[in-house]
Amino acid sequence: MSRFPRSGAPIPVPITAAPAHRGLSDRAIAWLFITPTILLLLAINIFPLLWTIQLSFTNYRANRPNAPLRWVGLENYTYILEDFEVWERLQTTAHFVAWSIGLEVVLGFGLALLINRRFRGDSFWTTVILLPMMLSPAVVGVFWKYLFEPQSGVFNYLVNLVVPIGSFSMLGEVNLAPWAIVLVDTWMWTPYVMLICLAGLRSIPDSIYEAAEIDRAGPWRRFWSITVPMVMPFLLLAVLFRAIENFKMFDLVVNLTSGGPGSTTELASITLKREAFEKWKTGYSSAFAIILFVTVFGAATVYVKLLNRVKNR
Amino acid sequence: MPRTSIAALAAALLVAGWQPAQAQDKQITLCWAAWDPANALVELSKDFTAQSGIRMKFEFVPWSNFADRFLNELNSKGKLCDLMIGDSQWLGGSAENKHYVKLNEFFDKNNIKITDFLPATVYAYSTWPKGSPNYWALPAMGDALGWIYRKDWFARPEIRAAFKAKYNRDLDVPKTWTELKQVAEFFQGREIDGKKVYGAAIYTERGSEGITMGVTAALYSWGFQYDDPKKPYFMNGFVNSKDAVEALEFYKSMVKCCTPPGHTNAYMVENLDAYKSGQVAMQMNWFAFMPGIAKDPQVGGERSGFFVNPKQKIAASTLGGQGISVVSYSDKKDLALEYIKWFAQPDVQKKWWALGGYSCHRSVLESPDFTKSAPFAADFLVAMSGVKDFWQEPSYAELLQAMQKRVHDYVVADRGTAKEALDLLIRDWTRTFKDVGKL
Amino acid sequence: MTTIAVPLRGVAAADVHSVVTPSRLSRRLAAAAVIVYAVVATIPLFWIFLTGFKTPSDAIAYPPVLIAEPSLEGYVNLFTTRSRQTPEYMTALPPATTWYDKLVRSRNMVISGPSNFPGRFANSLIVGFGSTFLAVALGVLAAYAFSRFNVPLKDDLLFFILSTRMMPPIAVAIPIFLMYRTLGLSDTALGLILLYTAVNISLAVWLLKGFIDEIPREYEEAALVDGYTRLQAFWKVVLPQARTGIAATAIFCLIFSWNEYAFAILLTSGEAQTAPAFIPYIIGEGGLDWPAVAAGTSLFLLPIVFFTILLRRHLLRGITFGAVRK
Repeated sequence: MSRFPRSGAPIPVPITAAPAHRGLSDRAIAWLFITPTILLLLAINIFPLLWTIQLSFTNYRANRPNAPLRWVGLENYTYILEDFEVWERLQTTAHFVAWSIGLEVVLGFGLALLINRRFRGDSFWTTVILLPMMLSPAVVGVFWKYLFEPQSGVFNYLVNLVVPIGSFSMLGEVNLAPWAIVLVDTWMWTPYVMLICLAGLRSIPDSIYEAAEIDRAGPWRRFWSITVPMVMPFLLLAVLFRAIENFKMFDLVVNLTSGGPGSTTELASITLKREAFEKWKTGYSSAFAIILFVTVFGAATVYVKLLNRVKNR
Repeated sequence: MPRTSIAALAAALLVAGWQPAQAQDKQITLCWAAWDPANALVELSKDFTAQSGIRMKFEFVPWSNFADRFLNELNSKGKLCDLMIGDSQWLGGSAENKHYVKLNEFFDKNNIKITDFLPATVYAYSTWPKGSPNYWALPAMGDALGWIYRKDWFARPEIRAAFKAKYNRDLDVPKTWTELKQVAEFFQGREIDGKKVYGAAIYTERGSEGITMGVTAALYSWGFQYDDPKKPYFMNGFVNSKDAVEALEFYKSMVKCCTPPGHTNAYMVENLDAYKSGQVAMQMNWFAFMPGIAKDPQVGGERSGFFVNPKQKIAASTLGGQGISVVSYSDKKDLALEYIKWFAQPDVQKKWWALGGYSCHRSVLESPDFTKSAPFAADFLVAMSGVKDFWQEPSYAELLQAMQKRVHDYVVADRGTAKEALDLLIRDWTRTFKDVGKL
Repeated sequence: MTTIAVPLRGVAAADVHSVVTPSRLSRRLAAAAVIVYAVVATIPLFWIFLTGFKTPSDAIAYPPVLIAEPSLEGYVNLFTTRSRQTPEYMTALPPATTWYDKLVRSRNMVISGPSNFPGRFANSLIVGFGSTFLAVALGVLAAYAFSRFNVPLKDDLLFFILSTRMMPPIAVAIPIFLMYRTLGLSDTALGLILLYTAVNISLAVWLLKGFIDEIPREYEEAALVDGYTRLQAFWKVVLPQARTGIAATAIFCLIFSWNEYAFAILLTSGEAQTAPAFIPYIIGEGGLDWPAVAAGTSLFLLPIVFFTILLRRHLLRGITFGAVRK
């Protein structure tokens, strides 16, 4: 893996046994090493982003390239922000993000604490627990649809073994569907939060606990005054990453419910995909994409500020 | 770790990824939906390969993302498909944006007479603007929404007696939606052969076009009109007419009373599953599936019967079906045209029907023994004589999405009233037509 | 922004055993709880695997059957396309020569050809490993430069690289679609490789910078004194030292690019389509062919599990850095 790439990386200089002061200057190497990354990001991230911004002020439709292009100013934005249904989609998204992350944090942190007790076979079980997050979310969505089948699904069957409540449809009932997507996301991504928390726990030097031991601090006190504060930056980081991911959640939910029943699980990204690639309202959906981006970016920036404050305490 | 070999492998993979797809000589790709008739077409096309030496490749996509994926392909000017059997509603957009090759000249040159095909199918699958002599496809697969029922259950004396006692008439193929609902209610929850069964599997799918196709089957029977015949695109009083409201309410009551548990996101395949596994007495589905049902090991033969979409105010059926078109971005348009030329021959059309495809060729449909050639053949002719299609406008996808949402919100998610749903639908549709300058 | 990475540094020695050892009982309870969670969470996976060996009718039986007679029908269906035939046609056929022919014919069907699955799987291999390789290769270069050299505007550049990760891919999907359509990159493996590389590279740079920061500069300086050039020192000293980091980074990049779905369905249709865009839509007669979907899922999970186990030592050692996936 560490063999130097022959393609894709611009290293034209053959490596010869030249003395140290020969060869490329450090500055040249620095730029040579950084430029490809920057160029790639400019081409595939920044340029498209600018283009999205431009499109968001037009009535362009990608499926009607010959129609007259018109600048519509802020029309797309005002239309979106005044549309109560867009707000409903954002509420649905918020519900999903808040609950899935809440559950993942509780379960993930709990599991990390337990695993950190280091029992025999802990690394094996850790690997087993990690499995769900290695799957493709789209495939997970499809498969949970199968597990949730009201008649033949194993989920309903197992639930009925524990509490016999009869036939119910996790994905078909307005009250249950929003929880079904939370459940599946929690199943899939709890391992991720666990992994980060475990990293945090293992970064705590033992000397701190030893010192606390000498101070005769009880386990409860040790937990609240050492473990929690030390793990907190990691946990907050996990929350940040999961929140960004779940805010843009698309593949899992679209394969699970296609946004239904009605629009009860139609997350913002699903709406965006429909507007952009099914209705082909390119200008409108560009504006929607920018609104979502600004929301994520703004929230993340504020969050990172808070995070730094927590860390610097 | 053998670093060198891994790096070499990765490099090789990378290079492989860079190479453009090798164009196969004398091979064309046909794109369609993954369903029973597509398998029949694979069989049929073997003759074409044998005669012409042109090999056929097929790209079949399930209905759930058929429109999504192939409209995306057309809009990205992809070269994947040389031939496209695209949905009737795509015609407007595909003609106006030149995704399809116009076939008039080709028809003239090769002596293909479009009048050999059933006029209703030519109108629906070939022409844009509608009814004008501009042909963008050859009618390939006629289709309409019909019903399939358990003939064996309907024939059981004890069931017939129970039905008669309850409704004071014989249990028979329903002629109206009211009767249909009675039959469905009758079967709902009944125990047959020790298994609990349900009334009817009807369309409720959210993601693509399912619930719209199902609801329009009811709407059309109530005499639904999309707009004012005198003032195109003016929909108030039509889309939300009293009859339309009643039809939509009726459809919802059917979903609530008489479908299997959790039947809330069902389209063709879910209905087929429910029916084939013996859960339901009736299912709504496309005629395209009827040949498959007729020879199904579990429910085929005498166990299943077929009927046309019931009347209410008028007799009408939801149109399905597709024409076959040549994609204008293809590099092998000549080979693709050769396929169409071959496909249009009466003998091929005859075999097409025999294999389970619905030919639209008059020599097949009007032959005296056609109605006896299959248990659903006569019904098919009846259905095709009264079909109605969704908007075929270039912005059909947007119109469809709006209807999916409004109807699903009302029927499945219990939001608002039928009138409100249809009012909102008019609002959405009006906005779309304003956007594209038709209003 | 830069400070995000701070808690992640200086934890390379993660495997030091706790001196404050938990009691035996508490360890046992912890083990029991973890195992219970692991088992419950694995039921769906186990069920997927099991479904791959059921017949389509067993797969939709009510109530669900746990022990069904094992069948390879799902795997056969995954790799073939079949068509149903009349009994007359079936009896007229020469006898089946292979076990899978026999299996298919017992359903009154004949195999009409191979399915698209192997092609889609190969696309996934090319795109998944190709983009992982590129992202790690570019990432290690940039990370080295940021770690060792005094790059002007360093913090701004690093922030810029990280911020691209926050951008929802949907925000750029539309122009990328238009751009690829113009450049002819739609439905090509190269198109997907470049895109996934761009998505992964911010992660790769940040992860690898953390790892390279951990490698003492003295090693390289010694090499430079010995007459190595800077490039040689990078090549022969730094890269081998960063192996763990490279492995951990590669896993996290691979998890993303192997499983990505949204861009795959938007930008590919056939030639370059990857398996995640294919598996959810394997249709049998009637509905989704669940055993085939399950078989495809199981096979699709294999490479990444294999890769993870192969590099597990690195992954667990690099857990602290690996934690910053995304």
